[in-house]
Amino acid sequence: MTWILENWERFWEVTAVHLRLSVVPVLAGFALAIPLGWWASRSPKARAVLFPLANVLFTIPSIALIVITPVLIGVRILDEINVIVPLVVYTVALMVRSVADALSAVPGHVTAAATAMGYRPLRRFLTVDFPLALPVTIAGLRVATVSNISMVSVGALVGLGGYGQLFTEGYQTDHTEKVLAGLIGTVVLAVLADGVLLLLGRVLTPWARVGR
Amino acid sequence: MIEFRAVTKRFEDGTIAVDELDLTVEAGTITVFVGPSGCGKTTSLRMVNRMIDPTSGTILVDGQDVSTVDPPTLRRGIGYVIQQAGLFPHRTVLDNVATVPLLSGWDRRKARTRAAELLEIVGLDPAFGKRYPAQLSGGQQQRVGVARALAADPPVLLMDEPFSAVDPVVREDLQNELLRLQAELDKTIVFVTHDIDEALKLGELVAVFRKGGHLAQYARPAELLSAPANDFVASFVGRDRGYRTLTFLHADVPVHPVTTAKLGERTTVSDWTLVVDDENRPRGWLSGVDGEVEVSEQDLISGGSLYDGTSLRGALDAALSSPSALGVVVDEAGAVTGVVKAGDVVEALAKARAAGEVPR
Ligand SMILES: Nc1ncnc2c1ncn2[C@@H]1O[C@H](COP(=O)(O)OP(=O)(O)OP(=O)(O)O)[C@@H](O)[C@H]1O
Ligand SMILES: [Mg+2]
Repeated sequence: MTWILENWERFWEVTAVHLRLSVVPVLAGFALAIPLGWWASRSPKARAVLFPLANVLFTIPSIALIVITPVLIGVRILDEINVIVPLVVYTVALMVRSVADALSAVPGHVTAAATAMGYRPLRRFLTVDFPLALPVTIAGLRVATVSNISMVSVGALVGLGGYGQLFTEGYQTDHTEKVLAGLIGTVVLAVLADGVLLLLGRVLTPWARVGR
Repeated sequence: MIEFRAVTKRFEDGTIAVDELDLTVEAGTITVFVGPSGCGKTTSLRMVNRMIDPTSGTILVDGQDVSTVDPPTLRRGIGYVIQQAGLFPHRTVLDNVATVPLLSGWDRRKARTRAAELLEIVGLDPAFGKRYPAQLSGGQQQRVGVARALAADPPVLLMDEPFSAVDPVVREDLQNELLRLQAELDKTIVFVTHDIDEALKLGELVAVFRKGGHLAQYARPAELLSAPANDFVASFVGRDRGYRTLTFLHADVPVHPVTTAKLGERTTVSDWTLVVDDENRPRGWLSGVDGEVEVSEQDLISGGSLYDGTSLRGALDAALSSPSALGVVVDEAGAVTGVVKAGDVVEALAKARAAGEVPR
């Protein structure tokens, strides 16, 4: 703790990088997972391709993905993109399933009623299907966010910022306090992010907690 | 008016759900599609608002071929009510009812005002408007479903087993409510059910479907009962169709005066005195007491359905179910106007039978 207080500015800077490196992939991955999840929820064929693919991607160790990303997309080794892209891949892999399950769980009579009222497909998706899928989707988003926050640290192994830097530096100089500071930062950030999403979910879905 | 012209629906797997259906639903009437499970009722209904497109044939709504209309536009002009109500769980009752007006481009204020009006029309306290559907009973949800379908005042209403998921008492309420609404609104309603009692009660015309999507008979309820077109219809309307027919026969039965006594009154009574309350509504019978007594609640023998003076079935039910064998006749306010005697009812029945009005 004393290390954090004595190096407040450094800690703050590392926190900002860590937050950016974990939130950007969550947002991008989520945005990609929505259309893919929608597709998987409608087509058994899409499901048969997307779900196993997501599982395979998820089993690739993060360090491996981070190391080969620059080779695959041709960027410099120290670019933040090298962490962001793999984390986007993980988020998509995790969220495709969540979004697909959430959309499939929307009762058929409700969507049929919406169609029968005269909704066009896009408006129906945005104002009926997707809002109704939110509770399950947000649960998935919480898992993805927390796991991203923990995985960003791996980026330090290829020289990128975030709490991971504190781990590697602390380890190399045998400075336990520094390692501990990184650990505390990671845990606090994860708990806070999770809490924010939980709260957001409650605000967005007041209807989900009535009548049962 | 809705016209089905040689409409056939064959699904990709080869199932023929509707086979060469020719049928005209008159404007301003309730027409019921009835038949066993899987006979194509829902499919026929959904072809009207293009939730399903026919394989061949034409459907006209008020003279316009529906296949030429953009489906969402078509649907906004056709109310649709389904079994589980299909309300949007994430919207308040008021916003559920305002759905179609909002889709049709009304401003929010006007749509909500209209929605609140509709809640009242279907017999719901406007205070329910702020609740979510999960906070309503099944019967209330169903009323909201009806309100939502009526919100944009569509001339046509499609109802697919709207009342079959609620208990019998609530179902009867909802049926009566629908008849009352229809008397005011004069919509063209297609109502799907597999319950023949519901069909006979609600339908001005009833289309009986049989498996394979064939129309077995299309007629008025009384005619279905008295002259079923074939064995299928005869067995579908039931063994007791002779009895059911009585619902549609006018009862020409004399109404006799009856001695009544007021509850709480001290009076002289004879056997089988009808006890009434202050508004002259029947409370029960007194029997086995003679002379002067104080008429008290605990001496009453209750029972017996009341007869509103319309159908022969009502008269028969009232006379047979009354402990005194006298069927109590009431007016619209529920006040006693007299009694009918079982003997007279049976005689009226024999006459109807002799006239060929009751099937054998
Ligand atoms: N999408 C579909 N694909 C293939 N067959 C279908 C499809 N929808 C309905 N069917 C078949 O078409 C027939 C008629 O179905 P429909 O839903 O119209 O029956 P219904 O009269 O409404 O029955 P119920 O009283 O059970 O609701 C049934 O045999 C059904 O299995
Ligand atoms: Mg059906």
